[in-house]
Amino acid sequence: MRLLKLVPDDTNIKFLRWRVPFYLVSMILIAASWGLVLTQGLNYGVDFAGGQEIEATFTKQAEAPVAALRKQVSALGYGDPVIQRFGAPNEVSIRTKLPESAEGNPGAAEAISKKIIAAIRANNPDVRIESVSTVSGKVSGEFRQTAIYALGAAMLAISIYIWVRFEWQFGVGALFALFHDVSLTLGMFALFQLEFSLQIIAAILAIIGYSLNDTIVVYDRIREDLKKYRRMPLPELLDMSVNETLARTVMTSATLLVALIPLLFFGPESLFGLTAAIVLGIFVGTYSSIYMAAPILIWLGVSGDSFVPTESAVDRQERLARERSAKP
Amino acid sequence: MLEFPTWKKLWFWGLTLVIAVAALPSLFNVAGLPWPRALPDPEVSLGLDLAGGSHILLEANEKQVAQQRLENMEESVRARLKLADPRIRIGDISSANGRLSFMLKDPSQVDAARDEILPLTTGAGLTGQRDWDIRVEDGSRFVLTPTREGLDQAVSNAMDSAIEVVRKRIDALGTREPTIIRQGENRIVVQVPGLDDPQALKNLLGQTAKLEFKLVDESATPSDVAQGIAPPGDEIVPWADPNSPGAGGVPVIAVKRLGGIKGDQLTDAKQSFDSRNNSPVVSITFDQTGGAKFAKLTSENVNKRFAIILDDKVLSAPQINEPILGGSAQISGSFSVQSATQLAIALRSGALPVDLTVVEERTVGPDLGADSIRKGLIAMGVGSGLVVLLMIATYGRFGIYATVALVFNLLMILGIMAVMGTTLTLPGIAGFVLTIGAAVDANVLIYERMREERKKGRRVIASVENGYKEASRAIYDANITNFIAGVLLFAFGSGPVRGFAVVLIIGLFTSVFTGVMLTRMWVANWLRKARPTELNV
Repeated sequence: MRLLKLVPDDTNIKFLRWRVPFYLVSMILIAASWGLVLTQGLNYGVDFAGGQEIEATFTKQAEAPVAALRKQVSALGYGDPVIQRFGAPNEVSIRTKLPESAEGNPGAAEAISKKIIAAIRANNPDVRIESVSTVSGKVSGEFRQTAIYALGAAMLAISIYIWVRFEWQFGVGALFALFHDVSLTLGMFALFQLEFSLQIIAAILAIIGYSLNDTIVVYDRIREDLKKYRRMPLPELLDMSVNETLARTVMTSATLLVALIPLLFFGPESLFGLTAAIVLGIFVGTYSSIYMAAPILIWLGVSGDSFVPTESAVDRQERLARERSAKP
Repeated sequence: MLEFPTWKKLWFWGLTLVIAVAALPSLFNVAGLPWPRALPDPEVSLGLDLAGGSHILLEANEKQVAQQRLENMEESVRARLKLADPRIRIGDISSANGRLSFMLKDPSQVDAARDEILPLTTGAGLTGQRDWDIRVEDGSRFVLTPTREGLDQAVSNAMDSAIEVVRKRIDALGTREPTIIRQGENRIVVQVPGLDDPQALKNLLGQTAKLEFKLVDESATPSDVAQGIAPPGDEIVPWADPNSPGAGGVPVIAVKRLGGIKGDQLTDAKQSFDSRNNSPVVSITFDQTGGAKFAKLTSENVNKRFAIILDDKVLSAPQINEPILGGSAQISGSFSVQSATQLAIALRSGALPVDLTVVEERTVGPDLGADSIRKGLIAMGVGSGLVVLLMIATYGRFGIYATVALVFNLLMILGIMAVMGTTLTLPGIAGFVLTIGAAVDANVLIYERMREERKKGRRVIASVENGYKEASRAIYDANITNFIAGVLLFAFGSGPVRGFAVVLIIGLFTSVFTGVMLTRMWVANWLRKARPTELNV
């Protein structure tokens, strides 16, 4: 039986030849991502913005009365709701952000939520409320804070682990690759104004963990090759290591993708954002382990000596003694 | 590396099967099959986002506890100094700015006053902790400031009794299996599965149910009262329903601050109907001391009106036609049957020692949850199918080993979750799918290495051995970084997101066990039996 090979044997792609342009492009993308996040802002869901999200099914209608709903909710004076289809045409989610004036009042979100639900019920007798999420300003502020702590702590802790297991250059490389992945994912969310919720933070943490798998595979091979070919120029050695592990890098990403993509199409609607973020992160992460994590080692000055213990005084004496006795 | 003595095989198989079997009750349940009663049935519990239900986060108002404590202190100080012998007269008492201050009329009584107050300011515990700091300013002004420890203790006590009250109220609604947990300093998490009307629960929990009876000051000038100007010794209280007949068109009423009684000494409260006009009322029964106080209040004030005040709003202000001596009374107001029932439950369970506010709510209906499970299972099935196809197409026989390992892996995750009693949430389903994709990564790394070693010209057995040995470093490193991310996600995450972390973390351990250890056992077995001369990988 002939087996499938996603990557042909013995590839010899000169990845590192283009490292400078690729790095420039990545830097620009990172900068653009942060620019977008800062100017456009992220489209915070109720978790981070406060307010309420109500999912409702209109059981006696083929299609949800979106325009009428918008009018009914707006009339309450808490701002315009975001109304999105959610699954079938008669299912929608209705989201309103907490008015700024109500952020300091812990009970406001709940009171507003109650009024909105009452208004929807009064105008649409056939409505079935599927789910309600109400988050007050204080709680959403705490969520924002813990999210930042969690992301920062995860990136740092993992980089420190890589530093301990490899060398500091690898730790910096991993940190940089992670920063790249997180930045680009955030950038995508800002660009497409996808709803940014607690689930997306979970997705980004998962990306931080899994995008590093490829990086570790490449780093592990670089370390092995550094010990084996101590005289090989670094760019050449890195190219070799990346090529040797290319099949693995591609295959591990492929298994993740084929598992996750059905979840995008057949899975529950509420998991779409989370799944989309992870899928996005896998692409970005695979790219970064090849183009970000490896080349940075050249600039940080990794060498074969990084891993071979330097000769101790005793060893040196013994070696000299051996050499002397070997000479006639 | 490839030596597998019998004891090791038995150990591996035993562990795998025991854990995998623990998953069966949960699977039977999903499939709708009955699980034999005689057998133990550890089952994965479903999160509220899958089973349907409400998660409600309540926050207590700490400032209110502090204010309440100041007011109580003011009362105690007044009473104590009044009873002192000789009596200590004070004036200019104020409880503004979070502290209590008052002047002594006679500055020579400073020491006597201090001796009287001192016992009021020490904590109830044996630690000798001071709940209040006493300072004397300008020779005759006492300033009592609450200490941080004393205040924390008061908040903590208030929370403990608030939880008790919350529990009683939820039980009164007849809800099954509620979870009520204190969270942090001043929060309570309430989780109630499958609820028809979360609004009723929230209304009930949001009602402090502080009931008071105070005399109406008939001498107050109506126009002043309407403007919010209270005569000395009075306070202005708004009507709960300005349209109620007793209000007479004025939305507020003046009542005497002192001399009323509190309605916290009840033995029973239930909804009933007024015999005269058949409107819903709440009948209350005082306990012995409460009944005595109520009898005294009513007999001393016949033909006057008293206001029934609930949570600082007047429900009604009936006239006392005759002394009420039996210890029971009726609370009338603009009630519906539902709101009267709710008030009866709230009064029966006691007043909350502090106002609770709903600061977060997540409610999911049962239909949506069931729909999510169905869609999640379909996606998981398709995803696993594709992963299996890809693995078998790429690695042939070894792909089959990886597939069997994957099946055991999923069963073991489910089994461990069932035994540990963890909860499967909606993001947890995504965690399963992610684990399916990631679990075979260990196999990919091993098989690719075997392929490489074989290509370099090593013998079959040496290639396999090296494949497992050399790949394991990267496998462990990768799993540890994932573990770090998972643990942080668990630590910082809340509710459903934690369910995601739980599946990922358990999945890391089972993946290494099934993907590396079990497949090595099977591959070793095959090598010994078939003695292959070529590795088709």
